[in-house]
Amino acid sequence: MNKPLVNVEGLRVEFPSKRGAIAGVRDVSFTIEPGEIVCIVGESGSGKSVSAYTLMQLTKFSGGWVADGRLTLECGDGNEIDLRAADEARMRTIRGNEIGMIFQEPMTALNPSYTIGWQLAESLQQHRDMSREEAAGRSVELLKQVRIPEPGRRLKQFPHELSGGMRQRIVIAMALACEPRLLIADEPTTALDVTVQAEILALIRKLRDETGAAVLLITHDMAVVAQMADRVVVMHDGLVAEAGPVEQVLTDPQDPYTQALLAAVPKLGDMAGKTLPEPMETVGTTDCHIDKPLQPGSRALLDVKHLTKRFPIRGGWLSRTVANAHAVEDVTFHLLENETLSLVGESGSGKSVTGLCILRLERPDSGEITFDGQDLLAHSDEEMRLARRDMQMIFQDPYGSLNPHMSLLEQVIEPLRNFKLEAGSALEDRAAELFDRVRLPRTFLRRHPSELSGGQRQRVAIARALAPNPKLIIADEAVSALDVSIQAEVLNLMMELQAEMGISYLFIGHDMAVVERVSHRVAVMYLGRIVETATREQVFANPQHEYTKTLLAAVPTLDLAHRAERCELATKPPPSPIHPAGYVPEPVHFEKVAEGHFVLRSGAGPADERKDGP
Amino acid sequence: MPYLLKRVINSVLLLLITVSFVFFACRMIGDPALNMLGPGANDIALENLRRAAGLNDPLWLQWVRYMGGLLQGDFGVSYRYGFSVIPEADLKDIGVPVVDLVAERLPATFLLAGVAMAIAVPLGLGMGVIAAAYPRHLADRLVTVLSLAGVSIVQFWLGLMLIVLFAVQLGLLPTGGYGEPAHVVLPALTLAARPIGRIAQVVRSAMLDELAKPYVVTARAKGVAEWRVILLHALRNAAIPIITMIGDELSALLTGAILVEKIFAWPGIGLLIIDSLSRSDLPIIQVSIAVVATLVIIVNLLVDFAYRIIDPQIQLGRKA
Repeated sequence: MNKPLVNVEGLRVEFPSKRGAIAGVRDVSFTIEPGEIVCIVGESGSGKSVSAYTLMQLTKFSGGWVADGRLTLECGDGNEIDLRAADEARMRTIRGNEIGMIFQEPMTALNPSYTIGWQLAESLQQHRDMSREEAAGRSVELLKQVRIPEPGRRLKQFPHELSGGMRQRIVIAMALACEPRLLIADEPTTALDVTVQAEILALIRKLRDETGAAVLLITHDMAVVAQMADRVVVMHDGLVAEAGPVEQVLTDPQDPYTQALLAAVPKLGDMAGKTLPEPMETVGTTDCHIDKPLQPGSRALLDVKHLTKRFPIRGGWLSRTVANAHAVEDVTFHLLENETLSLVGESGSGKSVTGLCILRLERPDSGEITFDGQDLLAHSDEEMRLARRDMQMIFQDPYGSLNPHMSLLEQVIEPLRNFKLEAGSALEDRAAELFDRVRLPRTFLRRHPSELSGGQRQRVAIARALAPNPKLIIADEAVSALDVSIQAEVLNLMMELQAEMGISYLFIGHDMAVVERVSHRVAVMYLGRIVETATREQVFANPQHEYTKTLLAAVPTLDLAHRAERCELATKPPPSPIHPAGYVPEPVHFEKVAEGHFVLRSGAGPADERKDGP
Repeated sequence: MPYLLKRVINSVLLLLITVSFVFFACRMIGDPALNMLGPGANDIALENLRRAAGLNDPLWLQWVRYMGGLLQGDFGVSYRYGFSVIPEADLKDIGVPVVDLVAERLPATFLLAGVAMAIAVPLGLGMGVIAAAYPRHLADRLVTVLSLAGVSIVQFWLGLMLIVLFAVQLGLLPTGGYGEPAHVVLPALTLAARPIGRIAQVVRSAMLDELAKPYVVTARAKGVAEWRVILLHALRNAAIPIITMIGDELSALLTGAILVEKIFAWPGIGLLIIDSLSRSDLPIIQVSIAVVATLVIIVNLLVDFAYRIIDPQIQLGRKA
């Protein structure tokens, strides 16, 4: 078969805007051969999703139209159809039938009001004219194909009863229902934990081998590309920057944009043999000036002992507590001055709640928190408010964490006003100084958040956190929502500030490669507990706990030599942190493996089979 | 289903509190005997009435007696209806039982509210769905204007205009009254204007929210026909705010049809309450308000149960 399955030539897609039509995609050409995995990679706004959605004529529902170009699809019956000219009735025979689609957010991609069985049967009945019984039979087959345990029972369940990874498999099963010849996957693993991501990627590859369907994978993650692609299309600003076989693009990129993109990706293992964090190398932008090594101090700034936080689950007649979600369970760690400690773990591991407890934005149930010599849990609310002057927070979502109706100036000086640190014109001087610090033009002070990009907003958030000259900054997934090139700049900025101002960071994150870049020490959390804590070097070179090993093994790398299917498909649901009201957790017991390296030898762990989980 | 039981018990408690509140409120608007017999009434007549109706007893005792009666199904007798003789004898033997007076009015109230909703729900739903399916098109603008008109139109003006047009000018329908099917048309239309507008507004905005959600893209990517996307996928998920609004409007129709009943001489419960208020006929006021409150509570209960059927996450009882 030499004829390509999909042929896109000179595609231009336009969207309406207040100032007339703007092009989301300007001039894009690519082909997909049968059975091939093609990755479109690019940062937000590059037009990568638009290109794929246009194949299904789905862009028109968001107002877009194809202004120019040719789109053809080779159908199952050997006929070639012009996807640009096809009418809505014809498109409905293509969508879900010739082309299946997988989406980014498994949490919202399924209709919450209908059962899994109903949603699977819908496309079978639409395209295959199956009876209800036939559709149910085929659905069970599909669920087996995507390795979902107990497929018969799943058909009667609703989406909210399943975990994110399971839902994504359902979405994949739906896309596969009518044996499409092309599978479009739009960031299928971005919203998933790294271990689940590894499973889903392995599944997609396996299904490609089993069904022979070609895959068009849209992603922002170069490591995913390295693990999945046969061919790569790098997109930038609505244009194809570079395209070619994966080996060529990754090892010998020709286009400067591709080079910059690859340079900005933190690579696991880059820091092997180095004791201290170092800034990232970015191509083009050399605005990071760190002249001294990031050496931590010797005095403990923050000391957390036996921190425990449980969220009650109420039920029954008088809303009694029937169970507890053990969010943080007996967590102990310390943070030195001028040091970065990373709390890593997957969603639900309790890392964010730990951060909130330290600021007392959540009230811990028990434990001790000593910050700069003060016992935070003994403070009154007013004393606590004053203590927060020295501890600031940066949040994940730069869109949600800035008030859209306040100018940036007001937001940055708000902490100064709150703590009465400055007044009058000194306020504005300080804000201007802070903006210089985070490298935003001073003219931005009068602007509102909506006028800024995501990376610029995160800089504002950092400026705001810096305003009261804090000793500790808790960065809760502070770079997770940013494009890689922006992420690299923000990380470098954070390290630069540490070198100059001696700030300590509690860096909460899930991206192991980023964590390796910035941390002095790492604490790995799982199901509310710290399972391993050690220096950065020790954790990455010599992981001891089963979970740490799983986590590290699941991280996709840019290494093309290791594309073998490393991942077994888990079929068991993860253990639950929810326990009945009277449950007393096993006491923690740490083994000292080396100086500063501790491993949990009791309680939580993936090998730990819980009988009382749901 | 313990949840159902819990909600029913809560509703009964709420009802008892409402009934008691009405009981005490009725006794705070002045001397009931004087209000009823008028300023010219002589002392003997007043005293007789007070004694017969138990108005001389302490308030708490009156309340205990009243609640006790309610629990036994005794809703008291009207002071007014059938009360013209000197009430030496026991009032209960002569007076008209309140329960009969109220029961007589209920069918009319139900009929009017039912027909009005039967007009409003399909029209409002249809208008809202069409507007959401074609946002910013002519149909959408038309629906927006019409629904705004429906919400903001003054009821008695609309009623009078309908009478002028259909009854007086065209002679198609009666100006008012009760008994034949034709009688219900104009008052029901008048009452339906507001719910049509509000339902259409809520349906439109809820549907627009739902149509922007990712599962809609999933459905379209499956090749699902657009009508199915709109009616099965989006409308089902938009149902909660829509049903809430329908419940609110139904409650409003049951309690607030007074103006329309007056215009069209429709013998509903609203008219009974107004008449009784002007005569200070406490037993009727108490019972009719209690009945209306019960209806509202039942509507709320039904809406709540509807949530449970519609949303599988609520159905399972706990939303984390």
